Amino acid sequence: MWNYERRLEFPVNIKEANADIAQAIISQYGGPDGEMGASMRYLSQRYACPYREVAGVLTDIGTEELAHLEMVAAIVHQLTKNLSMEQIEKSGFRNYYVDHTVGIWPQAAGGIPFNACEFQSKGDIITDLMEDMAADGATS
Amino acid sequence: MNTQFISEQEKLLHDIGVLSFVVIELSLYLDTHPTDQNALKYFNHYNRLANQARQEYSAKYTPLTISCADVSACDDWKWALAPMPWEGGCN
Repeated sequence: MWNYERRLEFPVNIKEANADIAQAIISQYGGPDGEMGASMRYLSQRYACPYREVAGVLTDIGTEELAHLEMVAAIVHQLTKNLSMEQIEKSGFRNYYVDHTVGIWPQAAGGIPFNACEFQSKGDIITDLMEDMAADGATS
Repeated sequence: MNTQFISEQEKLLHDIGVLSFVVIELSLYLDTHPTDQNALKYFNHYNRLANQARQEYSAKYTPLTISCADVSACDDWKWALAPMPWEGGCN
Protein backbone atom coordinates (compact mmCIF):
# COMPACT_ATOMS: atom_id res chain seq x y z
CA MET A 1 0.00 0.00 0.00
CA TRP A 2 0.97 3.65 -0.09
CA ASN A 3 0.78 6.65 2.19
CA TYR A 4 0.30 10.16 0.84
CA GLU A 5 2.54 13.00 1.99
CA ARG A 6 0.76 16.30 1.49
CA ARG A 7 3.60 18.24 -0.16
CA LEU A 8 5.42 18.16 -3.50
CA GLU A 9 8.83 16.50 -3.69
CA PHE A 10 10.10 19.86 -4.96
CA PRO A 11 7.95 23.01 -4.75
CA VAL A 12 6.21 24.36 -7.87
CA ASN A 13 5.34 28.07 -7.83
CA ILE A 14 4.69 29.30 -11.36
CA LYS A 15 4.14 33.04 -11.66
CA GLU A 16 2.69 33.37 -15.19
CA ALA A 17 0.21 31.20 -17.07
CA ASN A 18 1.49 29.90 -20.41
CA ALA A 19 -0.65 27.59 -22.52
CA ASP A 20 2.02 26.71 -25.09
CA ILE A 21 4.49 25.57 -22.43
CA ALA A 22 1.72 23.53 -20.76
CA GLN A 23 1.07 21.79 -24.09
CA ALA A 24 4.71 20.66 -24.13
CA ILE A 25 5.00 19.80 -20.42
CA ILE A 26 1.92 17.53 -20.49
CA SER A 27 4.06 15.03 -22.44
CA GLN A 28 6.17 14.49 -19.30
CA TYR A 29 2.91 13.46 -17.57
CA GLY A 30 1.40 11.02 -20.04
CA GLY A 31 3.69 10.95 -23.08
CA PRO A 32 5.94 8.08 -24.25
CA ASP A 33 8.76 9.06 -21.86
CA GLY A 34 6.51 10.53 -19.16
CA GLU A 35 6.24 9.86 -15.46
CA MET A 36 3.06 7.80 -15.79
CA GLY A 37 4.91 5.28 -17.93
CA ALA A 38 7.96 5.46 -15.65
CA SER A 39 6.00 4.77 -12.46
CA MET A 40 3.93 1.96 -14.00
CA ARG A 41 7.06 0.42 -15.56
CA TYR A 42 8.92 0.00 -12.25
CA LEU A 43 5.87 -0.85 -10.17
CA SER A 44 4.73 -3.51 -12.67
CA GLN A 45 8.15 -5.10 -13.26
CA ARG A 46 8.91 -5.70 -9.57
CA TYR A 47 6.62 -8.71 -9.04
CA ALA A 48 8.51 -11.08 -11.32
CA CYS A 49 11.90 -9.85 -10.11
CA PRO A 50 13.80 -12.79 -8.58
CA TYR A 51 16.05 -10.69 -6.29
CA ARG A 52 14.49 -9.06 -3.25
CA GLU A 53 16.87 -6.10 -3.15
CA VAL A 54 16.14 -5.34 -6.82
CA ALA A 55 12.37 -5.68 -6.27
CA GLY A 56 12.87 -3.26 -3.37
CA VAL A 57 14.67 -0.67 -5.45
CA LEU A 58 12.03 -1.00 -8.22
CA THR A 59 9.35 -0.32 -5.59
CA ASP A 60 11.12 2.75 -4.21
CA ILE A 61 11.99 4.18 -7.64
CA GLY A 62 8.42 3.57 -8.85
CA THR A 63 7.15 5.37 -5.76
CA GLU A 64 9.43 8.34 -6.41
CA GLU A 65 8.21 8.45 -10.03
CA LEU A 66 4.69 8.96 -8.64
CA ALA A 67 6.03 12.03 -6.81
CA HIS A 68 7.49 13.24 -10.13
CA LEU A 69 4.11 12.63 -11.79
CA GLU A 70 2.50 14.89 -9.20
CA MET A 71 5.06 17.67 -9.74
CA VAL A 72 4.53 17.59 -13.52
CA ALA A 73 0.76 17.77 -13.03
CA ALA A 74 1.26 20.73 -10.67
CA ILE A 75 3.30 22.53 -13.36
CA VAL A 76 0.60 22.00 -16.03
CA HIS A 77 -2.15 22.96 -13.58
CA GLN A 78 -0.46 26.22 -12.59
CA LEU A 79 0.42 27.07 -16.21
CA THR A 80 -3.23 26.73 -17.28
CA LYS A 81 -5.51 27.50 -14.37
CA ASN A 82 -6.02 31.22 -14.99
CA LEU A 83 -5.85 31.41 -18.79
CA SER A 84 -8.30 33.64 -20.63
CA MET A 85 -10.37 32.26 -23.52
CA GLU A 86 -8.37 34.46 -25.87
CA GLN A 87 -5.04 33.04 -24.64
CA ILE A 88 -6.39 29.48 -25.06
CA GLU A 89 -7.71 30.08 -28.57
CA LYS A 90 -4.42 31.58 -29.74
CA SER A 91 -2.27 28.79 -28.29
CA GLY A 92 -1.48 25.17 -29.08
CA PHE A 93 -3.52 24.30 -26.00
CA ARG A 94 -6.87 24.92 -27.71
CA ASN A 95 -7.40 21.35 -28.94
CA TYR A 96 -6.60 19.90 -25.50
CA TYR A 97 -9.06 22.38 -23.99
CA VAL A 98 -11.89 21.12 -26.22
CA ASP A 99 -11.78 17.69 -24.55
CA HIS A 100 -10.39 18.34 -21.07
CA THR A 101 -10.72 22.08 -20.35
CA VAL A 102 -8.08 22.59 -17.65
CA GLY A 103 -8.34 19.06 -16.25
CA ILE A 104 -5.12 17.04 -16.12
CA TRP A 105 -5.29 14.11 -18.54
CA PRO A 106 -2.39 11.80 -19.51
CA GLN A 107 -1.41 12.45 -23.10
CA ALA A 108 1.66 13.21 -25.22
CA ALA A 109 2.34 16.74 -26.49
CA GLY A 110 0.82 15.75 -29.84
CA GLY A 111 -2.43 14.59 -28.24
CA ILE A 112 -1.78 10.83 -28.25
CA PRO A 113 -3.33 9.28 -25.11
CA PHE A 114 -1.19 7.47 -22.57
CA ASN A 115 -0.85 3.84 -23.54
CA ALA A 116 0.63 0.93 -21.55
CA CYS A 117 2.53 -0.04 -24.73
CA GLU A 118 4.92 2.79 -23.84
CA PHE A 119 6.65 0.43 -21.37
CA GLN A 120 7.40 -3.26 -21.11
CA SER A 121 7.13 -5.79 -18.31
CA LYS A 122 8.49 -9.07 -19.57
CA GLY A 123 8.99 -11.20 -16.46
CA ASP A 124 12.72 -11.43 -17.22
CA ILE A 125 15.02 -9.31 -15.08
CA ILE A 126 17.68 -8.68 -17.77
CA THR A 127 15.07 -7.71 -20.37
CA ASP A 128 13.30 -5.46 -17.89
CA LEU A 129 16.47 -3.75 -16.63
CA MET A 130 17.60 -3.09 -20.23
CA GLU A 131 14.17 -1.54 -20.82
CA ASP A 132 14.59 0.59 -17.69
CA MET A 133 17.99 1.87 -18.83
CA ALA A 134 16.64 2.70 -22.29
CA ALA A 135 13.66 4.50 -20.78
CA ASP A 136 15.68 6.60 -18.35
CA GLY A 137 18.29 7.27 -21.01
CA ALA A 138 15.55 8.75 -23.17
CA THR A 139 14.91 11.55 -20.69
CA SER A 140 18.30 12.18 -19.07
CA MET B 1 17.82 26.33 -3.98
CA ASN B 2 17.85 30.13 -3.95
CA THR B 3 14.57 31.03 -2.31
CA GLN B 4 13.28 34.04 -0.41
CA PHE B 5 11.02 32.84 2.37
CA ILE B 6 8.05 34.93 3.35
CA SER B 7 7.14 32.91 6.45
CA GLU B 8 8.49 30.50 9.06
CA GLN B 9 6.06 27.94 7.68
CA GLU B 10 7.58 28.15 4.21
CA LYS B 11 11.08 27.89 5.66
CA LEU B 12 10.19 24.74 7.60
CA LEU B 13 8.50 23.15 4.56
CA HIS B 14 11.61 23.94 2.51
CA ASP B 15 13.82 22.26 5.15
CA ILE B 16 11.54 19.19 5.09
CA GLY B 17 11.95 19.07 1.30
CA VAL B 18 15.75 19.20 1.56
CA LEU B 19 15.96 16.60 4.36
CA SER B 20 13.47 14.28 2.67
CA PHE B 21 15.39 14.44 -0.61
CA VAL B 22 18.54 13.26 1.20
CA VAL B 23 16.54 10.44 2.82
CA ILE B 24 15.02 9.34 -0.53
CA GLU B 25 18.39 9.25 -2.28
CA LEU B 26 20.04 7.40 0.63
CA SER B 27 17.25 4.85 0.79
CA LEU B 28 17.63 4.10 -2.94
CA TYR B 29 21.38 3.58 -2.39
CA LEU B 30 20.78 1.39 0.66
CA ASP B 31 18.30 -0.78 -1.29
CA THR B 32 21.23 -2.22 -3.20
CA HIS B 33 23.96 -1.65 -0.53
CA PRO B 34 22.11 -2.75 2.62
CA THR B 35 25.23 -3.35 4.76
CA ASP B 36 27.10 -0.08 4.04
CA GLN B 37 27.75 1.17 7.59
CA ASN B 38 28.60 4.75 6.60
CA ALA B 39 25.42 5.03 4.55
CA LEU B 40 23.39 3.58 7.45
CA LYS B 41 24.80 6.22 9.84
CA TYR B 42 24.14 8.96 7.32
CA PHE B 43 20.59 7.68 6.77
CA ASN B 44 19.90 7.52 10.50
CA HIS B 45 21.05 11.11 11.01
CA TYR B 46 19.01 12.65 8.19
CA ASN B 47 15.95 10.45 8.67
CA ARG B 48 15.74 11.54 12.32
CA LEU B 49 16.03 15.22 11.34
CA ALA B 50 13.40 14.79 8.59
CA ASN B 51 10.96 13.08 10.97
CA GLN B 52 11.48 15.75 13.64
CA ALA B 53 10.85 18.52 11.11
CA ARG B 54 7.72 16.77 9.83
CA GLN B 55 6.38 16.39 13.39
CA GLU B 56 7.15 20.05 14.13
CA TYR B 57 5.38 21.19 10.95
CA SER B 58 2.34 19.05 11.70
CA ALA B 59 2.13 20.32 15.29
CA LYS B 60 2.45 24.00 14.31
CA TYR B 61 0.51 24.06 11.02
CA THR B 62 -1.25 21.17 9.27
CA PRO B 63 -0.32 17.46 9.09
CA LEU B 64 1.81 16.34 6.15
CA THR B 65 0.83 12.69 6.65
CA ILE B 66 -2.10 10.93 8.33
CA SER B 67 0.30 9.43 10.87
CA CYS B 68 1.30 13.00 11.89
CA ALA B 69 -2.35 14.04 12.29
CA ASP B 70 -2.73 14.46 16.07
CA VAL B 71 -6.36 15.40 16.68
CA SER B 72 -6.24 15.15 20.48
CA ALA B 73 -5.88 18.92 20.97
CA CYS B 74 -8.08 20.24 18.16
CA ASP B 75 -11.71 20.04 17.11
CA ASP B 76 -11.33 19.83 13.35
CA TRP B 77 -9.73 17.58 10.73
CA LYS B 78 -6.86 19.78 9.58
CA TRP B 79 -5.80 17.22 6.99
CA ALA B 80 -8.87 18.19 4.93
CA LEU B 81 -8.51 21.93 5.50
CA ALA B 82 -4.88 22.41 4.41
CA PRO B 83 -4.10 23.71 0.92
CA MET B 84 -3.31 21.05 -1.67
CA PRO B 85 0.39 20.96 -2.57
CA TRP B 86 -0.14 21.70 -6.28
CA GLU B 87 -1.88 25.02 -5.65
CA GLY B 88 1.37 26.99 -5.57
CA GLY B 89 1.56 30.59 -4.49
CA CYS B 90 0.61 32.19 -7.79
CA ASN B 91 -2.31 33.99 -9.41
